[in-house]
Amino acid sequence: MNSPEDDWSKWMRAANAGDEAAYRQVLAAFVPILREFARRTLLRYGRGPEDVEDVVQETLLAIHLKRQTWDGKRPILPWVKAIARNKLIDGLRRQGFRQSVPIDDVIDLLPAAETEAELSGAELERLLGRLQGRQAEVVRAISLEGISIREVGLRLGISEGAVRVALHRGLKSLASAYGEQNP
Amino acid sequence: MKTQELIRCLAADGATTPPSVRLNFASALGLGALLALTAMLLTLGARPDFAAALHTWRFTFKFLVTGLLGIMAVRACRMAWRPDAHFQTLDWMSVLAAPAILLGAVGVELGTVPHAVWLARLVGSNSMVCLMAIPALALTPLALLLFVMRQGAPRSPVGAGALAGLASAAIAATAYAAHCPDDSPLFVAVWYTLGTLLVVAAGALAGRTWLRW
Repeated sequence: MNSPEDDWSKWMRAANAGDEAAYRQVLAAFVPILREFARRTLLRYGRGPEDVEDVVQETLLAIHLKRQTWDGKRPILPWVKAIARNKLIDGLRRQGFRQSVPIDDVIDLLPAAETEAELSGAELERLLGRLQGRQAEVVRAISLEGISIREVGLRLGISEGAVRVALHRGLKSLASAYGEQNP
Repeated sequence: MKTQELIRCLAADGATTPPSVRLNFASALGLGALLALTAMLLTLGARPDFAAALHTWRFTFKFLVTGLLGIMAVRACRMAWRPDAHFQTLDWMSVLAAPAILLGAVGVELGTVPHAVWLARLVGSNSMVCLMAIPALALTPLALLLFVMRQGAPRSPVGAGALAGLASAAIAATAYAAHCPDDSPLFVAVWYTLGTLLVVAAGALAGRTWLRW
């Protein structure tokens, strides 16, 4: 019997070797864990659930950009949790200075997992709004419309390589924009 | 943006492989050591009696201490850029091995050399050069290591920076030892240590801002 963690390790190794389906699978598998972890930690700090999805998304971006720091021979869950912990601490520190916008307490009212898949983060939405030019176009087309890199290239009249570069830079800008103050 | 939509983006970007920190770390280390050694040879130069000095235990002992410190610091540094870095007691002890051996040698020196010479040995003949040379030679390796470790995700940015400083200082001290005319463990324990601590502090400070992720 494989434990889930064995599967995740296997998928992550495949992902690092360029398997996109395995990558999508492992990221989706991390989400419930990250959510639970964020929810519990925020609660312990006296924070409500309104920031959970922001933390989840910031952590996913960090996992993505720092995936080379996972040593394939080591267990994957402590690595995921270490990244989540770092991002949670960042987020909590920021909250000390920023007034948090009150959001309706809807997350607790969502019971089913399939509804949870539809959760979105307000922070990422705000940051995406600040992304410029081609990066914004590419990130929006792939995330919102779910079209492929090739199709984005055809629509914008640019090469696949240029789409990939814009996507990668866009994600990097988004990851580093967390914590920047409103303009 | 929905989390699902974000995952779609991340998966699409999955084919763009990030640089391997492990490989880059090894290159940065090799290049840093080479540059530090070259800089030492071009500016200070090896001491004139280098070959003869190799036959004295005090001279070769310097390389033992700085070399051992370097190996252990690099080992620790290689763990430090990972978010799940986990240091065991043994890892801390291994970094302290070189200082412990140096302390032992200080004991031997104090036991075998007459009182009257202690101060002269400790002060040496070029302590200020030593104090400047180690940080100066460490600068390039430190910059290279920090540059590479930035691609990582160190659990403790300050700690990782300090370890990068320690590794760079050990490299610099090993190169500098070939020039340094002062061989007494008393001299090494005071001036080499001071120079090293300066670099460690610089590394920690740089790590605090540079290695955040």
